[in-house]
Amino acid sequence: MSATREAPVSGPARADERLAAVGLWRRLLVKPELGSLIGAVVILAFFSVQSSTFRSLSGIANWLDVASTLGIMAVAVALLMIGGHFDLSAGVLTGTTALTVGVVATELGQNIWVAIAAALVLALAIGFLNGWLVTRTGLPSFIITLGTFLMLQGLNLGLTKLFTGTVVVRGIAEAPGYHSAELLLASTISVFGQPFRVAVVWWLLATAVASWVLLRTRFGNWVFATGGDEVASRNVGVPAARTTITLFMTTAAAAWLVGSITAVRLTSVQANTGTGQELIYIVAAVIGGCLLTGGFGSAIGAALGALVFGMTQQGIVYLRWDADWFYFFLGAMLLLAVLANRLVRRYAEAARR
Amino acid sequence: MSTAVDRTGDVPLLELRGIGKDFGSVIALDGISTTVRAGEVTCVLGDNGAGKSTLIKVLSGVHRPTRGELLLDGRPVDFGAPREALDAGIATVFQDLAMIPLMAIWRNFFLGSEPTTGWGPFRRFDSATAKDVTRRELAAMGIDIRDADQPVGTLSGGERQSVAIARAVHFGARVLILDEPTSALGVKQAGVVLRYIAQARDRGLGVVFITHNPHHAHPVGDRFLLLNRGRSMGDFAKGELSRQELTAMMAGGDELAELAEELERPAGG
Repeated sequence: MSATREAPVSGPARADERLAAVGLWRRLLVKPELGSLIGAVVILAFFSVQSSTFRSLSGIANWLDVASTLGIMAVAVALLMIGGHFDLSAGVLTGTTALTVGVVATELGQNIWVAIAAALVLALAIGFLNGWLVTRTGLPSFIITLGTFLMLQGLNLGLTKLFTGTVVVRGIAEAPGYHSAELLLASTISVFGQPFRVAVVWWLLATAVASWVLLRTRFGNWVFATGGDEVASRNVGVPAARTTITLFMTTAAAAWLVGSITAVRLTSVQANTGTGQELIYIVAAVIGGCLLTGGFGSAIGAALGALVFGMTQQGIVYLRWDADWFYFFLGAMLLLAVLANRLVRRYAEAARR
Repeated sequence: MSTAVDRTGDVPLLELRGIGKDFGSVIALDGISTTVRAGEVTCVLGDNGAGKSTLIKVLSGVHRPTRGELLLDGRPVDFGAPREALDAGIATVFQDLAMIPLMAIWRNFFLGSEPTTGWGPFRRFDSATAKDVTRRELAAMGIDIRDADQPVGTLSGGERQSVAIARAVHFGARVLILDEPTSALGVKQAGVVLRYIAQARDRGLGVVFITHNPHHAHPVGDRFLLLNRGRSMGDFAKGELSRQELTAMMAGGDELAELAEELERPAGG
């Protein structure tokens, strides 16, 4: 007894037994955005060397534009994935919100800002429904959001036909208040004489806010915990259900932003807008270092994943390659990213005994 | 065997009087009495199915006892939820530890109770304080971690137990319940955890140490409650029981003798 009472507070002998210093390599490896950063640099270098259009200012403006709206979604989807869930309805929801903006502004003759506000309310309601169903039933979010995905796809087509008699909503530019909306969502900003789409600013802003929330707030800590081990996090008092629902609503809000940008920029919206994009968001998030199993990832990584996507898509066009190669590239990149992510997880769980 | 008035005369931190718990027609626990004192370790020993887990769940507020009384500082208490037990200062370190392997140690340490700084929309997780406190609290327990930023998954089982204990101590636990903290560990790692149990005890906590290993319980324990099939086989103070007696009671002395006989090679075979 007395022997244990006098146990040394800190013994050099114990420090010894826990050697295995954490090397620089391993420290870097646990940074989720490392892979996508390397990928982005390699692809940037490759296309810049091959194509002068790609490295020109107008070329840069072009691939940043492609990356921007995709990036806004990828960042939100990444947060949701870190929180342990998927949202297959995210792509079609950008169409739903864009169509709502269009129908309310043209068919119902409202001010464009009223239309945009209505679309936000709808998006948040759908996001809440997704999250509520997932937390209440405990079913995989994959299957729940597949359901909402298909329902929204049907609604988009059905309601558009009902309102317009066609599959397109036109004439958004005539709505009252359009010019202020255009300024905020669809204008360009001149840098070195080259106009850049304002969506790029929204993308950077979304990435910065998401990254700050994830790494610097209590909510961010709860996102990692809920995705890492939901039961354990609930045991220590993390409001896991609230966290999950908030994440689904955030994804829906991002879809609303992208949908509004699309509606205002194009001034007409196809009923099938956004369908099929949901997988691209997930691919970007995974390239950005998000684990499919949740609990690990980064917002900056997802933004870089979207950048990789944008550069590859435009680079292939500039090199006049067959566009089919784009999907090959994308698939190869995804596989590489998944293998790299697996390594990270293995490392993090290596010392379990 | 234990009584309300103890040898030292002071009121125990936690006292169990004839605690029992039924699940339908199954009597999981019956007539359990013991005391937990500040600065002492009460060991709960028993084989699988002896009722150890049920007892922990009663103490930590997961289950309400069907019979008997639970006294905290001499006053009867009734916990309806784990949070109530926690607020009363009873912290439980469960076997699965409630830690997220992929998250950094300091993030895990404050999970669910994150300190914040700033105001309004700029209220943020005070990571500098969190890292600092984590490092300090672990050092105070004699745990030397290289880097509070490393994921918990890279720690060994013993280290993880220690972080969980340090976390409970930091968040104001007066009674610390440890659910088989040494069962999955090697000899050396178990030794490390036993040292931290002693550390927690020396800081004035009442520790409830649940185990099926008398060799881990005996050196660190002050009281021993032995369970078998949901009933108490006795509640002993340290002086009343030698390690050999403890081991023999744990193994169910007669059963062990029978087993030895059964396993013996046939004579002349």
